Amino acid sequence: MKALLFLGCTVPVRNLNYELSARKVCQALGVELVDDPALACCGYPLKGSDQGHALVIAARALAQAKAHDLPLVALCSACAGTLAEAEHHLAHDPAAAEAVNRELEPLGLKYEPGARVNHLMRFLLSEVGLEAIQAKMSKSLEGFSFAPHYGCHYLKPAEVIGGLDDPENPQSMGQLIAATGARAVSHPRLKDCCGGGVLGADEELAGSLAGAKLAELNELGVTAMVLVCPFCNVMYEGQQKAIAKRLDTKFKVPVVYLTQILGLGLGLSPDEVGLKLNRVKPKELIKAFKE
Amino acid sequence: MRLNDCDPGFKHQVAAEPGGEGIRVCFGCAACSARCPVGANRPEYDPRRIIRAALLGRREEVLASPLIWLCSSCYTCGEVCPQGVRFTDVLTAIKNIAARAGHAPPSARITAELLAKQGRLLEVTEFENDKRAELGLPPVEQRPHDFQSILGLEPPPEGGEGEGA
Repeated sequence: MKALLFLGCTVPVRNLNYELSARKVCQALGVELVDDPALACCGYPLKGSDQGHALVIAARALAQAKAHDLPLVALCSACAGTLAEAEHHLAHDPAAAEAVNRELEPLGLKYEPGARVNHLMRFLLSEVGLEAIQAKMSKSLEGFSFAPHYGCHYLKPAEVIGGLDDPENPQSMGQLIAATGARAVSHPRLKDCCGGGVLGADEELAGSLAGAKLAELNELGVTAMVLVCPFCNVMYEGQQKAIAKRLDTKFKVPVVYLTQILGLGLGLSPDEVGLKLNRVKPKELIKAFKE
Repeated sequence: MRLNDCDPGFKHQVAAEPGGEGIRVCFGCAACSARCPVGANRPEYDPRRIIRAALLGRREEVLASPLIWLCSSCYTCGEVCPQGVRFTDVLTAIKNIAARAGHAPPSARITAELLAKQGRLLEVTEFENDKRAELGLPPVEQRPHDFQSILGLEPPPEGGEGEGA
């Protein structure tokens, strides 16, 4: 099974632990990830102020994916969401597709409906399947507890992304966590937004959104919170210290990517899944899997 | 509020913008406001009030308000709206109109310039690719040409004043 990897802007520069573990997990599950250096930004950062150009940039990536005739999988939820929304919009609006193609023509590209866009986690669940993933697990993470953070663009808008998860009662990350033998913890702030979308506009506001969840998880004492998006990581791991300081409190909530714990379950070492690069490290987990 | 200060055409302008058409069907139930995580932390940010002000035609007040840039784009409002308004998209439409009227935050211009310069938001230098190579990851490239063409922006001059933006 093959898929075209959409790295986006943030992951290949700031989140090498996510990229490394995602590649290793795919390898272990028999999914071949194809790289195309021409793929770059998804358009999301421009959408708020210039959605016309943002759509052309997304359509550029969709046209490139179509040329490969491969499903497009993204590690970042904002990339996956933006590209899936663009495909949904353009496939249902021939006039918009025509307008986009006028911009793409000088680049030698043409948008045509039919690109298959997915987040890597949803792709693995729908194409490899939970049972097959579970069957490949060779090491148990029993005794550890993880709090999944679904984030927003992984689940919504349901009319574009929907099918696998109900945004009001998401299950997919919990199922993957449970497949490793670990316990997936549910909690009142499970569906909270990380606030990353407003970090640029208002740092204090963004921090109060993320801080409420961090405080709750700190209280619960989980092994780590589990992410599938680098934007959420900016808030929960990158900003964790600053947020605690602003809230005049102390918390230490280890943060991992879902691909990192899937990798440990698949028999990879902590180094192979990049746990050295995590900034708020799950020390007990690393200790248990060292050697 | 004076009705003479209102622009009854504003709602039509919003509705004509991609994603803005949902404003036509809002009946003001405030399900969006009830579930908005930004509003929970910043009560002055209230999706229903923003829609209401747009429907009333309070054009300048809406477009110049810093509040419209506080949406975290979590899409919760759209999931709970009984009318299918998709408030996130309506607000994107409003923000796009505001940006064309000169009200975009400075980050909007900087983002476009970075894309035209690098073809990606974050710069990739030898340093980044060395780190990637150490982990066995393939190099990433900067190919800004397509982005310059799409955005209609010239590449910044080498070593010129575009540095350090």
